[in-house]
Amino acid sequence: MSPHLQVYRFRLSMFLSIANRAAGVAAAGGSALGLCWISAAAKGPKSFSKVQKVTGNPLGQMLMAGWALALVYHFVAGLRHLAWDSGYRFSKKEINEDGPVAVGVTLGTTAALVAGIVGVAICRSRKKAS
Amino acid sequence: MSNPKKPHVTVMRSQLSRARGLGSGQAGVGHWWAERASAVALVPLSGWFVIQVFRLAGASQPEVAKWGARPFNTTMMLSLVILTFYHTQLGLQVIIDDYVHGKAHLPAGLLMKGIVFLLGLFGTVSVLKLALAGSSRSTIAAG
Repeated sequence: MSPHLQVYRFRLSMFLSIANRAAGVAAAGGSALGLCWISAAAKGPKSFSKVQKVTGNPLGQMLMAGWALALVYHFVAGLRHLAWDSGYRFSKKEINEDGPVAVGVTLGTTAALVAGIVGVAICRSRKKAS
Repeated sequence: MSNPKKPHVTVMRSQLSRARGLGSGQAGVGHWWAERASAVALVPLSGWFVIQVFRLAGASQPEVAKWGARPFNTTMMLSLVILTFYHTQLGLQVIIDDYVHGKAHLPAGLLMKGIVFLLGLFGTVSVLKLALAGSSRSTIAAG
């Protein structure tokens, strides 16, 4: 543990900082699983239908939504880091202002992405069925 | 950054510490830049990939194979896979540097790099196989 973590009052920035690291690890794990998709597509229709069973399953979809959340948050936090490294929005006040915005943007973008992708997939499978 | 007109000291280290060769000044700066550069490159690549996910959501294997056989898609996918796992390796190294100390530090880093390298190579081979299988199939069909 870093020295006396418990003596500090909780700040959103602390959580967002460690969450960025955790999201990076989760995004990497998800990307490793994502390789299953591309390798199955390369292998052939049989393997691909196996992967589609996972992606069509509610548990698989929750996993993918989690992957999307991790990727989107790591992306948003990464953009903040690039801004900070360039000398923008790096005052204490600005960092505190932008934290909740980052949370909102992450949740909104993830929800929109997940809903959009699921919607497109459902539309396509209905078209095929009819 | 608060006052750009104020002249700043470019060398923080004393000349004595330089002469002794102590302190930082090894691979840190290069690692930092590699992390940022790969992050910047991943921004447009991720944007492209999100569009492709929308195009491919619910698609069948022949549709994916046809998509993957296009040289532009192959190029973008290879860039995405290679940069993703390169960036992953850089990020995980920072975590290992922070939390793993002593004798375990070097083997932990090497093991992580080995695993991430193999994953990246597996992704690269898969993308290439999808690309080449798709294109050869289409030439057979055409000829």
